[in-house]
Amino acid sequence: MEIKNAIAGTLESGDILIQIAPAENDGLAIDLDSTVAYQFGEQIKRVITETLTGLGVTRAQVKATDKGALDCTIRARVTAAAVRATGKDVWAD
Amino acid sequence: MNSIKERMALINEAAARMGKDTFKGTQEKNTTARTELTKQGAKVVTLEEAIKKTGLKDGMTVSFHHHFRGGDKVVNMVVAKLAEMGFKNLHLASSSLIDVHEPLIEHIKAGVITKISTSGLRGNLAKEISHGLMEEPVIFRSHGGRGSAIANGDLHIDVAFLGASSADPMGNACGYSRSENAKSICGSLGYALPDAQYADKVVILTDDLVDYPNTPNAISERNVDYVVVVDSVGDSSKISSGAIRDTKNPRDILLAQQAAKVIINSGYFKEGFSIQTGSGGASLAAVKFIRQSMIDKGIKASFALGGITAHMVKMHEEGLIERLIDVQSFDKVAAESLKSDPMHQEVSANEYASYDEPGSATHSLDIVILSALEVDVNFNVNVLVGSDGIIRGAIGGHPDTAGDSALSIIVCPLLRGRIPCVVDEVTTHITPGSSVDVVVTEYGIAVNPRRPELKERLEKAGLKIVDINSLKDRAKSIIGEAAPLPFGDKVVGVVMNRDGSVMDVIKNIVD
Amino acid sequence: MFVPGNNPAMMQDAFIYGPDSIMLDLEDSVTMAEKDTARLLVHNALKTIDYGNTEMVVRINPLNTPYGKKDIEAVVKAGVHVIRMPKTETANEVREVEAEIEKVEKELGCVGRTQIMAAIESTLGVINAYDIAIASKRMMGIALGAEDYSANLKTQRSPEGIELLLARQTIVVAARAAGIDALDTVYSNLNDMETFRKEVELIKQLGFDGKSIINPRQIEVVNEVFAPKEKDIQKALTILAAIKEAEQKGSGVIAVNGKMVDRPVVIRAQRTIDLAIASGIINKEDI
Repeated sequence: MEIKNAIAGTLESGDILIQIAPAENDGLAIDLDSTVAYQFGEQIKRVITETLTGLGVTRAQVKATDKGALDCTIRARVTAAAVRATGKDVWAD
Repeated sequence: MNSIKERMALINEAAARMGKDTFKGTQEKNTTARTELTKQGAKVVTLEEAIKKTGLKDGMTVSFHHHFRGGDKVVNMVVAKLAEMGFKNLHLASSSLIDVHEPLIEHIKAGVITKISTSGLRGNLAKEISHGLMEEPVIFRSHGGRGSAIANGDLHIDVAFLGASSADPMGNACGYSRSENAKSICGSLGYALPDAQYADKVVILTDDLVDYPNTPNAISERNVDYVVVVDSVGDSSKISSGAIRDTKNPRDILLAQQAAKVIINSGYFKEGFSIQTGSGGASLAAVKFIRQSMIDKGIKASFALGGITAHMVKMHEEGLIERLIDVQSFDKVAAESLKSDPMHQEVSANEYASYDEPGSATHSLDIVILSALEVDVNFNVNVLVGSDGIIRGAIGGHPDTAGDSALSIIVCPLLRGRIPCVVDEVTTHITPGSSVDVVVTEYGIAVNPRRPELKERLEKAGLKIVDINSLKDRAKSIIGEAAPLPFGDKVVGVVMNRDGSVMDVIKNIVD
Repeated sequence: MFVPGNNPAMMQDAFIYGPDSIMLDLEDSVTMAEKDTARLLVHNALKTIDYGNTEMVVRINPLNTPYGKKDIEAVVKAGVHVIRMPKTETANEVREVEAEIEKVEKELGCVGRTQIMAAIESTLGVINAYDIAIASKRMMGIALGAEDYSANLKTQRSPEGIELLLARQTIVVAARAAGIDALDTVYSNLNDMETFRKEVELIKQLGFDGKSIINPRQIEVVNEVFAPKEKDIQKALTILAAIKEAEQKGSGVIAVNGKMVDRPVVIRAQRTIDLAIASGIINKEDI
C-alpha cells in the first residue's frame, strides 16, 4: 500500500505519538521509546504490528514515543496515523 | 582567728588527700569587650583547614543531612573539596540523597566515594547506581533506622559536615537565622542531630555566622569542633521541591478525600489523637479534609509529627493541633514556624522514630498517612525502587511510622499511567505488610485482614471495602501483564529494617 | 461529566470519580485537525475501558459538518449508550441523526440500542424545545448549552443566571411534557464553588434532573445539593413500603400515618429513592 509521512497522538502522559514513514524494505520497522519499555515494550510493539497489519499496512517505518498509553489508546493512535498515511479511512465516507 | 592563712595547712591537707593542687591565689582575667572577643573563635576555619584538623583519612565515614532537599549545596561542595584534597575510598553517609547530588557520580567513578549509606536516591545518581556504578552496595536505612544505627555504632561517623542557616563562632547552630543577614532557612535539623551527637568530629558549615550566643540552638557548641563560613549552604526556595507537591490533581484530591473518610471513621479520630502525613500530594491534601471534620466535630489533636507542612502549621495556629514535633520542615512556612513558635519543637531522628528508644515519638503516634510506589497483595510496601527496577525514592520514615502507629494508611493510585501500584509482589520490600493497615486507591479501599474490627467500622460508615486482590486484578485488566524486569546478578543496594536486620537487597538492572 | 475526546488519560480516569454519566466530547473540545484521531480514541475507549454502570454519552459533531456521520458510525459501533447532538434547533435534525444511527444499528443488528440527547443552544432551539423533545422515541433528555445561547441572546452569562431563566424553564417544561430528562448547562469557573453551588441549587429548584460538569471537583457539590435529606428518604421508604403492602393485600386505598397517599406523592417518593441511590446514600439492595 502506498503511504506517506503521517503523525498522530501526543506526548501527554497516558498517550503515545506515532510517526509513520515509507520504508524501503518489506515489513514493519518499529522504533519504540517508552517510559514503560521494560514491562510493556514487547506488548506495545505487538499492538502496533497487529493494528497496522489489520489495516493492510505491511511496509512502513514506525517511530513510537510512548508515555504509558493503554492498548486501546495505542490502537487508536496507530489507526489514526495509518489512516492519515494511506488516505483510506476506516469509517464510511 | 579563722583566716585563710590559719586554714592553709588544712587546705593543703585536704588537697593532698584528694590528690589535687592547691589554688595558686590568682587567675588571669581577659578584659576585652565580649562583643569583640566572641567574634574570634578558634573553631572558625576554612573548609580545607577544618578537613585537615579533623584528621580525616582515606576509608573513613563522612556524613551529611538533606534538610535543604533539592536546594542542598553542602554535599557537592564538601565532596568536591575532599576530591581536590586527594581523599579516596570514603564512605558517604547522608540522611538522604536526591537529584541535585548527581555530581557524586564523577566522584564515585574517581574512587573518592566507594560506599554510600542513605535513606534514598533519586535522579541520574540513582539510575547509574541501579545499573551497577558502585562495587559496594548502597546501604538504605529509614530515618529512625539511621538514628538507631548511629547511636548503637552500626553506623560510625568519623566526620559530620552539617549545613546550618546560622551558627556562632562556638558552633551553636540552627536551621534558621535570627540575624538580618540570614541567607537561608531549612527549619528543623532533626536528621543532623544524631550526627552532631555521635560523630567523632563535627564541622558546621554556615552562610550566616552570627554573634554568640546563637540560642535557642538546635546543635550545641559542645558537639561542634569547627565552624566554616561559606557563601551558601542551600537554596531555601527548593526545600518544598523534590517529593512535596500541593495538589490540584483531581485524582489526588479523590484519594485524599477517601483517606480522610478512613481516618474519620477509623475509631482513632477522637480528642487528643496524633497524626503524621507523608510527603505525597494525596497524603498532604488529606489533612485539609480532616481539618474540616475536626472543626465540625470539635476534635483537637495533641500533636502532629514528622515532616511538618504549612497545612499542619495552619491547623496548629487555629488551635486544632496543640503541638508540632518536627524532624524535617517540609516547606518554608513550617521552617519559619519552627523558628518562632515554642510549641513547634525540633526533634532528632532518634527521638522521632528510633525502634529501640522507648521514648521516640512514633511510639505515641495514632495515625499515619503514607504514599507508596507499590503495595502488594500481602500489604508489603515499596517506596524505594520503581516498577522498572530503578531506584527512584527514599525509605524516609515509612517503616518507622507504619510500624509504630496504631493506624497506618497507604494512599496510592492504582495506576500511574501504565504502571500498576497494586501488584502480586513488590519489587523491593521496604515496609512489611504486618505494619500496614489500610490501602486507599481510586478504585477502592482495602483493609489488611489482620484488622477485621477496622474493616467493620469503615463498612458501617458506608465506605466500600474491597479485597486487595481485586484491586490487583483490576489493574491487570486495565494495563495487561507486565513482562519481568531485566535484573542482573549484582547486588547494588541493601535495605536495612529499622531494627538493624537486613530486609531485602536490590539487584542491578541490565539494559 | 464532560471529558475531552482527545485526552486518553482523562478518558481513562473519568470513571473513578463516580459521575452518573460520562460525556466524551468530539465537538468543541477537539480541534478540526484532531477530529479523526479523537473519533478513534473515543471508539477504542468505549470498546475497551470498563466504565462499570456509568452511562456513556458521546457528543458528536453536527451532521452538517464532514465529521458528524463518521462520529455516529464510530460510536454506535463501539456501543455508546447515548449520542448527544450539539446545537439542536429543530425536530428534523433529530430525525436525521436518528436515521443515521438506525443505518449503523441495522448493520450491527441492534436496532434501537442507542438513545439520543439533544443540546439546545440557541433561541430557535428553545422555541422548538418540545418538538425536539418528542422528535424521536430514542430521545432520553434535553440539555441547555448556555454559552452559545447567551451569545445568541446578545448577552453574557451572569452569576445569577437571570438571562437563562426562560430557556431553563422552557427546557424543564418541555422535558416533563415529553417524559424525558432535563439537564442543565456547565459552569466553567472552577475556582468559584460558591456561585456554582448557588446555580446547582437554583436548577434543582427549577426541576432539572441533573447538571453538566467539566471537572471531577464539581461532582461533590452536585451530589450534595441533589441528595435528598435523611428525613425525606425515610418518609419515601415508608410510602413505598405501604404501597407494596397495599398491592399484596389487593387494597385500592393507600394510607400512611392515617393520611391518604395520592399518585404524585408516590411518584415523588420513588424519585427521592432514585436520587438517594444515585447520590450513594443508600444501596439498591437496602430497599
